[in-house]
Amino acid sequence: MRTRTFLVLAVGVGLLIFGASRFVHNEYYFFASYVVLQYVVLATAWNILGGYTGYVNFGTAAFFALGAYSTVAINKLYPIPIPALMIVGGAVSGIVGLGMGYLTLRLRGAFFSIATLALAVVLQTLITNWDYVGGSRGAYTIPPMKVPLIGPYIEYLFVIMLGLAVIAVVIARAIEHSRLGFGFATIRDDELAAEASGVPTLRLKLIATSLSGALMGMAGAPLPYYVTYLDPASGFSLAYAVNSIAMPLIGGTTVWLGPVIGALFLGTIQQVATVTISSALNLLIVGLLLVGFVIVAPNGIVGLVQARLRRRGQP
Amino acid sequence: MDFPTDLLLNAVLSGLLLGGFYTAVTLGVSISFGMLDIVNIAHPAFIILGSYIAYIVNSTLGIDPILTSFVMFPVFYALGAAVYQVYYMAFERRGQESLRGLAFFFGLLFITEVGLVLVFGVDYRYVNAAYIGPSLPLGFASLPLRLLIPCVIALALVAALQLFLSRTFVGRAIMAVSQDQLALRLMSADPVRIKRIAFGISIATASVAGAFLIIIQPVEPSVGREYIGRVFAICVLGGMGSLPGTVIAAMLLGIVESITSTFYGPSWSPAVAFGVLLLTLAFRPAGIMGR
Repeated sequence: MRTRTFLVLAVGVGLLIFGASRFVHNEYYFFASYVVLQYVVLATAWNILGGYTGYVNFGTAAFFALGAYSTVAINKLYPIPIPALMIVGGAVSGIVGLGMGYLTLRLRGAFFSIATLALAVVLQTLITNWDYVGGSRGAYTIPPMKVPLIGPYIEYLFVIMLGLAVIAVVIARAIEHSRLGFGFATIRDDELAAEASGVPTLRLKLIATSLSGALMGMAGAPLPYYVTYLDPASGFSLAYAVNSIAMPLIGGTTVWLGPVIGALFLGTIQQVATVTISSALNLLIVGLLLVGFVIVAPNGIVGLVQARLRRRGQP
Repeated sequence: MDFPTDLLLNAVLSGLLLGGFYTAVTLGVSISFGMLDIVNIAHPAFIILGSYIAYIVNSTLGIDPILTSFVMFPVFYALGAAVYQVYYMAFERRGQESLRGLAFFFGLLFITEVGLVLVFGVDYRYVNAAYIGPSLPLGFASLPLRLLIPCVIALALVAALQLFLSRTFVGRAIMAVSQDQLALRLMSADPVRIKRIAFGISIATASVAGAFLIIIQPVEPSVGREYIGRVFAICVLGGMGSLPGTVIAAMLLGIVESITSTFYGPSWSPAVAFGVLLLTLAFRPAGIMGR
């Protein structure tokens, strides 16, 4: 399928979901689906670096919170509309990703992963000590009640996240079928061989890191409006990092569909479990599923389905 | 100008003591990451586990936390050996340790943390021991015993480990295993068994480090995360798997952190380790003791 055809299809699906949401009047469903869609973006973004090139990023929370705090910082200067805030948040996170990648990506993959893990701790320290964005006290962002044409504000946020999810998925799929994607795959399979055959590995890795970081930042930019009260502990929550790793690995890392399936599956389970059981227990479920899947089903749900189809194909 | 000199000297001294504690914390990672090439980012979680065991035994039976940690040594060793067995079967043998192996350890870190939150809640826990309050006066400075004792025991532990690694067959095999597995086989040593032993020892040191941690500061389940950056910064700075290098790097980081928190405030100290890690990776990835 051509990328353009896929783009039309993806936008079509997005419009369909939007159309269906017009018939929903319970605001809870918008709050819940916003979180699920946010995870579709985060999982897809993580997978662009982690699944396609094989470099593990533990710092999703850092990139995500950078986007959110860019919004807080800019809103104090001069309030601008959310789509513009997303572009700023994406740019900030993308640049941080580029800088960190430049320092650590020339070494073995493990160093990059450790650096991303530490980045989350350090950025949290910086934000906690930065009074302008509220410091450890946190910051309030009061959204307007209604938005013209769309209705309650949460529905507006939902539409924005839906749009970003469509964009992220289209980008991921386009990468998969482009020269860029093949370059990423060579890095994942054998970086030394790729380098020896003339693949510009460092440049490709930097592209993947910046793109992935930028999408995470964009997903974080509307967060202050969603939660209305944002403090460093919740913005940098480890739950974002663990979810954005668990979702692609449970769904399957080699195709764009994997993170989407993983995010819809895990995201929905968590929304249900948070309401019915408790939020600490549902994080435990995510951790157990992650460990279980990487041990038993290394290629995730997509891998399981593919293996089953292949078996049926050759009797 | 008398006052800042005293303050500086005090900061350096307590940094050295802190460095002794950081040595104990990093020891396990120097073995697993430095010698075995296993990126065990869950190591701080095992340390917190050690802290909680010391806390439970101390609060119910009143036994000394450090004593408890040495009694728990074999249990942690067995836990480490079991974790390595799973890691080997599921990832190393299939050659998937880079992506999925990392995710595996990240999952372990997360499960331990959330599990502890579910059982004990997020309250800070602490232990009681005779040496936690008093300090040893030393002229202008005073050495708090709760930092001095972990430091001394940690250095003794490093010395013992260094002797074990350089004098015994198994110890030498551990140092060799990441360099040449085939040669090791020819010496009739099973690399998987050697790695299992080494990983067991690495987790066993977490038991002791956990007891030190809860003596030095109150512990809650997410405290471990602050140590991930420190532990790997020290390990890399020390030259990956060199025990003397680990001690020197830990002392250096301890001093820098202690000076930072004396002159700029303690809330900045987590950033120091990360800065050290990034600078090391950017300018001297082989570390100070690296070849």
